[in-house]
Order: sequence, then C-alpha cells, then structure tokens
Amino acid sequence: MRQLHRFLPFSIGALLLLSACDKPPNSANAANKLVVTGSSTVAPLLSEIAKRYEANHAGVRIDVQTGGSSRGIADARQGVAQIGMVSRSLKSTENDLQAFMIAKDGIAVILHEQNPVAKLSNQQIVEIYTKQITNWQQLGGRDAPITVVHKAAGRSTLELFVSHFKLKPTAVKPDVIIGDNEQGIKTVAGNPNAIGYVSIGTAEYSVKHQVPVKLIPLDGVAASIANVQNGKFPLARSLNLVTKSAPQGFQKEFIDFARSKEVRDLVQAQYFVPVQP
Amino acid sequence: MFKRNTLCRYSLEVGFIYGLRLLTAIAAVVVLFIVGFLIVEAWPVLRQIAVSRFLRDQSWHPVSGQYNLLPMIIGTSSVTFGAMLLAVPFGLASGIFCQYYAPDWLARIYRRLIELLAGIPSVVYGFWGLVVLVPLIGQVHPPGPSLLAGILILALMIMPTIALITDSSLATVPARYLWGAQALGLSRWGIVRGVALPAARSGILAGIVLALGRAIGETMAVLMVCGNVVQVPDSLFAPVRTLTANMALEMAYATDLHRSALFVSGLVLMGCIGVLVFVADQVGRYG
Repeated sequence: MRQLHRFLPFSIGALLLLSACDKPPNSANAANKLVVTGSSTVAPLLSEIAKRYEANHAGVRIDVQTGGSSRGIADARQGVAQIGMVSRSLKSTENDLQAFMIAKDGIAVILHEQNPVAKLSNQQIVEIYTKQITNWQQLGGRDAPITVVHKAAGRSTLELFVSHFKLKPTAVKPDVIIGDNEQGIKTVAGNPNAIGYVSIGTAEYSVKHQVPVKLIPLDGVAASIANVQNGKFPLARSLNLVTKSAPQGFQKEFIDFARSKEVRDLVQAQYFVPVQP
Repeated sequence: MFKRNTLCRYSLEVGFIYGLRLLTAIAAVVVLFIVGFLIVEAWPVLRQIAVSRFLRDQSWHPVSGQYNLLPMIIGTSSVTFGAMLLAVPFGLASGIFCQYYAPDWLARIYRRLIELLAGIPSVVYGFWGLVVLVPLIGQVHPPGPSLLAGILILALMIMPTIALITDSSLATVPARYLWGAQALGLSRWGIVRGVALPAARSGILAGIVLALGRAIGETMAVLMVCGNVVQVPDSLFAPVRTLTANMALEMAYATDLHRSALFVSGLVLMGCIGVLVFVADQVGRYG
C-alpha cells in the first residue's frame, strides 16, 4: 500500500482519463480481510497462496504487499499488518513475534557443466570472490580467467551468501552483476569459466532441464533440495509468516492453509522447498 | 442551410479544440507529476548529503553510504553513444534504400521486416543477447557481458525506429521536388543527398531523437547483457551499469536512503533526456 500511495497522483490522472472505469468491488468488511506485508522473496509465493485461498473462500480478501523482511517485522509488531513475511529465521531480538515456516530455500554455488573443477572449499570461494584467485588453473582447472557472477545490492540471497562466507560486501569484486536467479543461471550456462550462486531450487530445476550448469557441494554436503529439506545443507534459510500474538480464527486458518499440502505445488512452482513433504 | 452548416461545423471545431486542450493539459500535468514525484522521493537523500557526493564518492555502495553515480552516467552515455554511432548510418541507409533504390516488391518486404524488428519487445532482444551474443563475445574476450554487447543490442533495437521514420519522412517529400531535380540532370544519389534528405531533415532528426530517447531509457535488454558492474569502462569488453539498470536491479530491494538515492538516479536520467531533447530541438530549428 505504501508503494500504492506513492502512485496516487498518477491514479488520479488515470481516473480523469478513464471516466468509464469500473467501480471497485465492495470492500470486504474487516473480519474478512487480511493484510500481509514484508519480504519480496516470500510475496510472490504468498500472493499465489492467497489467490487460491480466496477462490476457496467467497468474500475473503487477502492483501499482499512487499517491502522487505524488516517491514514485515515492523508491520506485524505495530499491528499495521495481521501477518508479516520474513525470508530468514527470526533474530533473538525478534522473539516477541511468532514465526510459522511456510517453505525453505537454499543457495547453491554453481559452475558451468564443462568446468573440470568439482569442489571448492569455503576459503577458495572467498578468494575467488575477492579476486585473490583469478584463474581456474590455480584450482586445478583449465587455464582460463574466472568470471565472478554476483547479485545486485540489497538482495537477500546476496546477504545470506556474504554472511555465510563472512565476506565484506565492499570486498567482493564481481565481473558480472545479475538480478534474478534465472539471469544467473543463463549467465553461468553461457560462460564455461563463470562461478555464481543462485536459489537451489532454480539451479536443480535447470540441471533437470539440460541447462549446462552444475551445483557445487558446500562443506562436503551436496547442494540439493533434499539436503535443504533434511536440514543438512549449510546455506539454507526458512521463509516465515510472523504474527504478533498467537493467530486466531481466520488468520490461523490462512496460516495453516499456507503450510498445508494443498499449496505444495505452488511452493514447488516457485522453486522453494515445502515444509510438508 | 449553408449558414447553419458552417455554424455547426464551427461549434464542433470549438468543442474539438477544447477537447484537445484538455487532453494536452492532462498530459502536461502527468509529466509535472512525474518530475514532482521524483523530486519528492529523492529529497530525503538530497537533504542529508551534499550533491557533490553523487559525483565524488568512492563508489556506489548505497548500503554503506557511498553514492557515486558518475560511473553509471558514463555507462549510460557510452552505451547510448555507441549504439547511435552504429544505428544512425544503418538506419538512414536503410530508409534511403527502401524509398529510392529498392524495387517496389523488395521495398515492401523489407519494410515489413523492419516493422517486425521494431515491434519485438526489448526483453526478447535482451534474452537473445544473453544466450547468443554474450557467450560469443565471451569467447573473444571474457567475461562476455560488456559495453560492446550493450551497444550491439541497443543498436539493433533503435535501428528500425530510425529506418522507419527516415523512410516515411522521405515518402512525404513532394514528388515535384524530385522531378525538378531530375530535370536539372542530377544523379539519383545527387537527388537524394541534395534534395530529398534536406527536405525531410526535420522528420529524420525527430526519428533520431526518438531513437536516442529509447536508447537512454532502455532497461531490460541492457540489464541482461551489460554485466552491471559499477565502474567506468576501460575497454569495449568491460562490463558497465547504466542508470536504468541500476534502478531496475535495486529498486525492489532498496529502503530509506538507498531507495531515495535511486530516485536521484532517476532525476539524473530525466535531466539527461531533457537536455538531449532541448539540444535536438535547437539543432532542428537552427542547425
């Protein structure tokens, strides 16, 4: 809604132009309306879940707005939103809130399929990303310069990656900066000497569809959805819904629905790991 | 009868003019809203830090409080300039060919083809660039995503605009000019250069400005092929980030001052386009 407010001037202009536009649907009364705000990673998934829930429950409105995990926390605390979305575990300073995991996500380091290097230690990954190692030959590969693929600032995938490897964001020296996971996959698939990191589900899906990339194990654990699921994979995070107090009634019903098997296909379609196998 | 008819037409005309004025006013108000909105959004960061820091900071790390926009301004200008350098001659040549050299049937097919090119969404160009062009460049000189890739993709995107507008501007040159020139015994190229091009100049210039605007504002394709590393490119093969790519990459994830700084890059972009339109206007009028 905050974003919407910013566009209000335009909306007025648009209204002037479109005098014949539809009346808004009768706004549902407060009891049948949920406002959910927060993480932009969770929002697309939750919008899908909300759509399905609305389709099953006539007269119910669920309003999903993004703005980042920190907004999810703040809005849930202040009661601006009944539910907040947070794409990480709650910190110790946030245990006044209740968290309900709706899915898991992991991050995999990927190389081109033809790259002879099969595994990298954490130290080596750090040195690649800080340009202390610049040629695959130094890692037992071909004599070719390493193309370092990095995420754009502010992405939670990047935050998780740099904190896992204890990298300083300003110390990373990338050759390519990408936006979403798909672009990361395409970039690595098109360059035999590239290294990148993306959401594990996206990477696994690509490998299954003959995209020439491979996933590198971390700390000796194979990067796979299964290992995220069983908690062995070190670079994983949970996607959570948070509430101020124990959820009740309609709010509880929706959270239960978002965690149920009924939405498993939606979770998988977004390349996340469902909580219920 | 006659009287009533003219009266009727007159009142219709007045209504039409007022309608036009209203629509123009709405368009103007929307533009003002956009500028106002950009300024309002950019204000928090402009109030807190000196404007010179947008040109003098060490780098662009808005999360750590560094806001240098200069590499991205240079990135935008170099990609745009390179693309224009390629697209203008090809576009002009293509328009002239279509109008004065190609046989009718070929011109018709060729025109359809160019129209098709002009209609392809930018994300498709970007995707093609990412999976075909970038790996090719990478084989010559790694990493691949680079200034060169951006220039080539953009040139391909704006060339049809220039070609089509040149073509249609040339088509409006009165035939008697050409007959007159022919009667004076000028060669075909002489007629094109000496009569047709000067007569169609303002239309062609408008086309070039339109293409320039598209090149500066293009986001998706550039985002996909340029590499987006914030740096002043030292060669054609170095990755660059443009102002538009900067906003597209970071807007969804930015908060507070970072977000505000992105609106400053929007303002800068708006300023660049404003200056260009002004210059083009002056060139069109007096050049």
